[in-house]
This record gives sequence, C-alpha cells and structure tokens, in this order.
Amino acid sequence: MTDASDGTLFAQVRDPRNRADPYPLYARLRARPVARQDDGTVVASGHAEIRALLHDPRVSSEDLPPAEHPRTGNPVKDWIVNPLKDRIADRHRPFIFRDPPDHGLLRRQVMAQFTVARVRGMKRRTDALVAECLERCAEAASFDLVDDLAYPLPVTVICELLGVPREDEPRFHAWATQLATALEPESRKDEALRARNTETFDAIAGYMRDLIREKRKAPADDMLSGLATARDPEAGRMSDPDLIATAILLLIAGHETTVNLIANGMLTLLRHPDELARLRADPERAPRVIEELLRYEPPVHYRTRVARAPIPIAGTVIPEGAPLVLLFAAGNRDPARFPDPDRFDPDRADNQHFGFGGALHYCVGAPLARIEAEAALTALAARLRAPRLAEDPPPYRDGSSLRGPKRLRLVVDGIA
Amino acid sequence: MRVVVDLNRCQAYAQCCYAAPERFVLRGNEILVYDPAPPAADRAAIERAVQACPVRAIRVEHDAPAGAA
Amino acid sequence: MRDGTIVVAGASLAALRGAEALRARGFSGRLVLVGDEPHRPYDRPPLSKHVLTGEIAPEATTLPGVGALRAEWRLGAPVTGLDRAGRALLVGGGERLPFDRLLIATGARARPWPVPDEAALAGVHTVRSRDDAAALAAGLAARPERVLILGAGFIGCEVASSIRALGLPVTVADPAPSPLAGPLGPVIGGFVAGRMEAAGIDLRVGTEVAHLEGAAGRVRGARLTDGGTIAADLVVVALGAVRNTEWLAGSGLDADEGGLSCDGACRALDEAGRPDDAIFAAGDVARCPHPLFGGRPVALEHWGNAVAQAAHAARAMIDGPEAAGRYAEVPAFWSSQFGLTIKSLGLTEGADAVAVVQGHPRTGRFLAVYGREGHTVAAVSVDAGRWLPAYEAPIREGAPFPPIVGGADQPSVRPVPSGLPALQPA
Repeated sequence: MTDASDGTLFAQVRDPRNRADPYPLYARLRARPVARQDDGTVVASGHAEIRALLHDPRVSSEDLPPAEHPRTGNPVKDWIVNPLKDRIADRHRPFIFRDPPDHGLLRRQVMAQFTVARVRGMKRRTDALVAECLERCAEAASFDLVDDLAYPLPVTVICELLGVPREDEPRFHAWATQLATALEPESRKDEALRARNTETFDAIAGYMRDLIREKRKAPADDMLSGLATARDPEAGRMSDPDLIATAILLLIAGHETTVNLIANGMLTLLRHPDELARLRADPERAPRVIEELLRYEPPVHYRTRVARAPIPIAGTVIPEGAPLVLLFAAGNRDPARFPDPDRFDPDRADNQHFGFGGALHYCVGAPLARIEAEAALTALAARLRAPRLAEDPPPYRDGSSLRGPKRLRLVVDGIA
Repeated sequence: MRVVVDLNRCQAYAQCCYAAPERFVLRGNEILVYDPAPPAADRAAIERAVQACPVRAIRVEHDAPAGAA
Repeated sequence: MRDGTIVVAGASLAALRGAEALRARGFSGRLVLVGDEPHRPYDRPPLSKHVLTGEIAPEATTLPGVGALRAEWRLGAPVTGLDRAGRALLVGGGERLPFDRLLIATGARARPWPVPDEAALAGVHTVRSRDDAAALAAGLAARPERVLILGAGFIGCEVASSIRALGLPVTVADPAPSPLAGPLGPVIGGFVAGRMEAAGIDLRVGTEVAHLEGAAGRVRGARLTDGGTIAADLVVVALGAVRNTEWLAGSGLDADEGGLSCDGACRALDEAGRPDDAIFAAGDVARCPHPLFGGRPVALEHWGNAVAQAAHAARAMIDGPEAAGRYAEVPAFWSSQFGLTIKSLGLTEGADAVAVVQGHPRTGRFLAVYGREGHTVAAVSVDAGRWLPAYEAPIREGAPFPPIVGGADQPSVRPVPSGLPALQPA
C-alpha cells in the first residue's frame, strides 16, 4: 500500500491524539491532493485543488443531513410539532449551509448590517477590552490565555455587535460549544450527537426568538435590530426562521473561531521568540503576522461540502453525492504554492491562504477577527514580561475542524 | 504613496474597505473604487489593506524618503 | 543575459512591468525607457472612469514601481526608427540608443475619427492618454448640452457611464445591433443595453455616423448615414485602437496597424517570419500566437496581458526563449460601467455559441460561457466575479461546451448562437 492510498488518513486527522500536530498527516494526504477515504469521503488537500473546488458550483454547502427530532413517545410532539420544526429547520438553514441563490440573498442582508462603520467602531472598544482582560491578570504570575482573554474578548465583541446581552453569556456558552460540532464530520453520522444538537438548536432558537421580538419592539443600534427591521430591495424582510438561524450562526461563529486565532497565534509567537520580539518592537508588523498565522495555524482547519454532480479534478472524479472535505490547513502548507511552507514567515510574499476560506463563503467576520487578533497580539507582545509556555504542546479542544488549545497557560514575570 | 489594484484578481471581498475605508470603497455589487495616490500618513491603513486582501491584488509603492534619489 | 544595455521602447504599463521583471530576474546592466509622453508610467483604466467623474486627478494615476527601477528615462521622446543591423533605437531629437536587447512596448493609440478636418474640431475627443482624459474632463466641466459617444465598445460604454454619472445628457451611437457586440455578442450586449437605457442613455444601435458637423471650428453634432442628425456639443470618438508600429517601417520586422508579429517567446519576427534574438515585444503592440486561439497570432489590449506578457518577454530576454517557453496566459479583463462589473476569461473571438450557466440576467448577476466548435473558449461574469475562477481550467483545457453542469443556481443550460463573427481561415 502506497502511503497516499492509505484511506484512513483523514480518520487519523480527526483522532484527538493527532490534534497537537496534524501537519505530517496533511503532508501525506497532499501526496494525492484529492483523495478518497475508506468511508467514501473525498479530501482535497492541495492548494490549487481547494481553490478550484471553492469556486466550483457543483460543490455544495448544503451537506447537513435532514433535521430529525428524536422520538419522544408523545404523539403530538412526534407527529405534528417536531416534524414541523424539522421542516422549518431544513428550509431555513444558516447561510453557511446554503447555496446560491438563497445564500447570496441572506448573506447580502447580513453584510448590509456588518457595515464598515459598525465594524470599525469596535476597534477602540476591542483595545479597551484587551486592556481590561490584562488588568485582571496583572498580579498573577501565570494565567490561562484562553479563559482570561482569547475567549472572553471575541464573545464580548460579538455580543455587543449583535446586541445580545453579555450577561446571558453563561447560558449560550454551552449552546455555542455544542452547536459548533455541526462543523465536525461526526455530526453528520453520530445519532446521539445529532439529537443533542437538535435539542440545543431548539433551546437557542427559543432564546433568539424572544430577543428578536424585543429588538422589533425597541430597535437599538445593533446588528440584530438591523436584521430584524431592514428590508432588502429584492428579498424583502428576512423571515423569522432565517433570522433566527442567521443570528445563531453569527453568535456561534463569533464564539468559536477568533479564540483559536488568538490562542494559536500566541502559541506560535512563543514558539518563534524572534518574531514575538519583532512584533513587540514594531507593532505595524501585526497585519502580516496575522495573515501568516491564518496560513500557518488557522482557526478553521477544514470545511465540509457535498458534490452535487460528478467533478473531474486532479486526475480523478469526485462522484455525485460524495461528502467532500476542503482541508484548508493542508492547502496552506502546500509546497507547490508556498515556498518552505512549514516555516512561520510573516514576510512571505503573495500569501493567498485559506485562513478565512474563500469564494462565496469567505468568512463574513474576517475584518472583525483581524481587529481582535491585532489588538490582542500587539498588547500581549508589548505588555507581557518574559512570557513562556507552561506546557507545550497545550491540551487541545475536541474539534479537528475548529482546532485550538483548550487552555494556554502562560508564565510571566509581570504585565506592564 | 502609489497604489494600484489588479482588478482581474479582485473578487470584491471588500477586506480593503474595512482596513482603509477612506481609500477603498465598493460601489454597486463589486466595483472597487480606490485612491491611487493616498497620503503618506495612511501608511498603516494601506498596509493593512494590502495584507488583508485575500487575492493579494493590491500593490503599493511608498514614497522615497526625503533626500533619497 | 545579466548585464549590457536593455532599451525599452515605450513607457506605459507593459514597459514598466517588463523593466521591473528584468530587474527581478537579475538584470543589473543599463536600462533605458523611452516614452513619447512626458509622464512616468501611469494606469489607464481609471481614465475612462473616475478621472472623468473627477474623483481621481489625472496625475494621481502614476503607477507604483517606478522608484526602485534604477532606470534612465527618456520621456517626451518619441521613438522614430530602428536600426536593426546597428542594434540601435532612434529617438526624436536625434539620439541614437544602442542596445543589446530591445523590448518594444509602444502600445496603441486611439483610432481617430477618419476625416481629419472633422476630427480636428474643438469638442471632439478621444480617450487613451492621461492628457486626453484631462482634456475631456475639462470639456465636461463646461457642462455641454449633449455628449455624443461614437462607439459602444468597452471604452465607449465606460465613458458613457462616467459622463452620465455627472448628470449630462449622453447619446451613444454604434452601427452594431447592441453595445459590446464585437467583444461579447448580443446576449450580454442586450443586457448592458437595458442598463444603459435605465441610466438614461440615449442608445442608438444600428446607427452609423457619416460626418461630424461643426461651426466656427467647434463640433455641433453628427450626420448619420440614414440622413438623420444628432445634435451634440461634445463628441467622444471611441472606435478602438491602432497599434503604434509606423516607426518600425523599413526595419524589416513584420509590423502593421494590427501589431508587431512575434513568436511564443515574444521575439519579434521579421518579414520572413524569422525571430530576432535581440528584439522582443509585449503589451498592446505585440501580436503573439496564443494556444487558446489554436496558435493563431492575436494582439490583446488588456491590462492583464500587458503585465503577464511583459514578464514573459523579460524572462525570455534574460534566461532565453527556451526557458520562457510559449506565452499561454489565459486572457482576462474587467470593465465597470453602469454599476456593473463585467469580467472575462479566455477569448470570445470566433465563438459560435453562448450560454448563461449560472445565475440569471433577471437578477442582475450571472455568468455566461462561450463555445467554439464544441469547446469552451471563454467565460464572462456580470457582478459574479467569484464564480469566474471555476472556468479557468475548462478554458485552458478547451473542455467540452458547456463545461460545468449540475451546479447550484444553474438554470437548464440552453446554448444559443453567440452572434459573433466566425474566424477568418488561418
């Protein structure tokens, strides 16, 4: 068996034991840049192939299995209420799981609220939030970057931007963590996991429904108020189920991704102390440092799709109906695209990474993520005295798609 | 500074518009209008735009320091 | 070749990018750029757009890349001749510039109105150079009562859009049945016509202008071949371009108003079709065989072609024609007009069929693919630029037409005749 024909490579990627360093597996996958796995999943790991598939209209984002509430034994629920909820859920998926033309209309309505002014308005606020987080750690000789900064910063920012009360965060923290598993391939198959996700979706949908009702009564200057009251010239007002699905998506996306960018970012800088020193000396390097982090240690390692039709590519044909994985983090290390790809090099030219995906589904929150990462990393570089890792590698969270440290304990000589 | 955008590459991701809103604006669905000669004071914002462009379509040349040939 | 002297005839985009590529490939010798205009290389696409609307000053269009070039400049100095045997470029004012290698990037100029006396009337403009655009912008600032644009190609349509945005009455006249009929055919042309009319353009397709009429040396309007007239106190002639090759007369190179012939490595060809190892060409002036065109020579007036072909020529000049290989960049261009972005990949020339394959003109966002003899040759997106990259590989490979079926938001694909002229036999 040649190495590239090992049909378990992607299963090994998902194995938690490989979470700390999946890159050798990615290199093996890339030997066959579009590779079929034993379970029928097709994994694209080459940069050119991922780029082609991202733009290909035959590659569908509508890869969620039909919604299906588990049986409760209550006939009214099992035969009327829940099937109706399932139908609504299927028709009103969040736009990350939708194709054109619906995707474009929904996304346009979100972008109309995600204005330059609103996003830029969060810049100063972000700096202040970072300062507050560091203030709270000021006396400690060590702290957990995830719990003390990387998680609370994006959560607070997305709550304020959407207009979700920050004090409700303990309630939806667990929901967000649970629903983020929808990006993991396991959620397509594991019945128990799907049941938990369905239950969680019902709970968070109920919360959002109430919140949206309040926004309509008393609109404020936030994205949810805007989404709930705006009228698109073509699509009209967003339907309640779409609005709820969209709000949930934005809230979860704001929870589960930037945390990884900041935590992976500081981890990488601590492993490359020269680069940390250069950033400290010259904060204007931050944009290029962040783009290189998005290539080198991206917050989202892959996204799943499904082939609507047979797709000939890289000497093979992806069969119709095949589950497809776009392994962004492997494309980001493709030596055919990036010279010396395993080197962390912020001065890299022409860094067209997949850190925010690409094509129609390019991350909506990218500008916000950049603002938050710049605020966090420049402040950490400037203010931490002699920071070092208490453990390397750190323990990782479960996800292999949304990949990042569960905690990142830093030891410092003080915080300036 | 001198700025030029390769509009064959540009796919209207609008990341430059968030990074340097005074110098890059999207009109209609995907017409990028930009200032080809922004002032030197915008250096950091333009650099953010250059770096944030997902297709690396923005090219910039900084003014030579005073006194240089 | 790493040292010696390289002279670049021309000082626009292709010349600058070629010169940069020469330096990037390690050329450390003497580099001279010769341009007939007094300006450093500048970017032309804004000239028909935001320079006319006054949002960008003409002089703001200077291109990046000049500062680091370590080049000598001969600006305001037209090239007047080529001494091939003596390996020297002749420049206006009598200077003789010897070279080891010459890169010809003299580009093209606007095709003037064919009647010289009429073309010379005050108020008659073309839009090619920075000074042209500045003069037109000044003319527009005087708020003419009606602007007449001759030609509904890309430049004519862009200029119409910009002038209409100033709130001025605009008439566009073209003999073809739709705008953009030559490059794109009537399917997309018809869609753009709808946008033009919605924007308040008085669009006269199927209309041929016979004469421009003037009084006291100033243009007053146009007389049509059918006897009708159009009153206009400002006229923009947008009838395409003529390649700047007259100065090559007598050099023995194969050049005419359609361009300077060269081979796949951008080496200039002599009248017997033999490449000259010291003379290269790139950009609008170069007529180069293209594999997407069955190896037929084609001269492309695209921004992207100027950049890519100049880099290709530079590689051939430094590392040799074999190392450079054959020029095969997939042609690409964009246009923005009437709020739309039109992007194209491939070559529509000779396409016999076109099909809308994604989206729908009704929604204002769609992508059309062009086929020739059953092969995919081009794709054009309208406000759907992120869909376009999927078609690059099918175009490069000449995939069966239509190339991608069964995707999201793909209507039942129904190819129709392209309405474009058939290719002349090679």
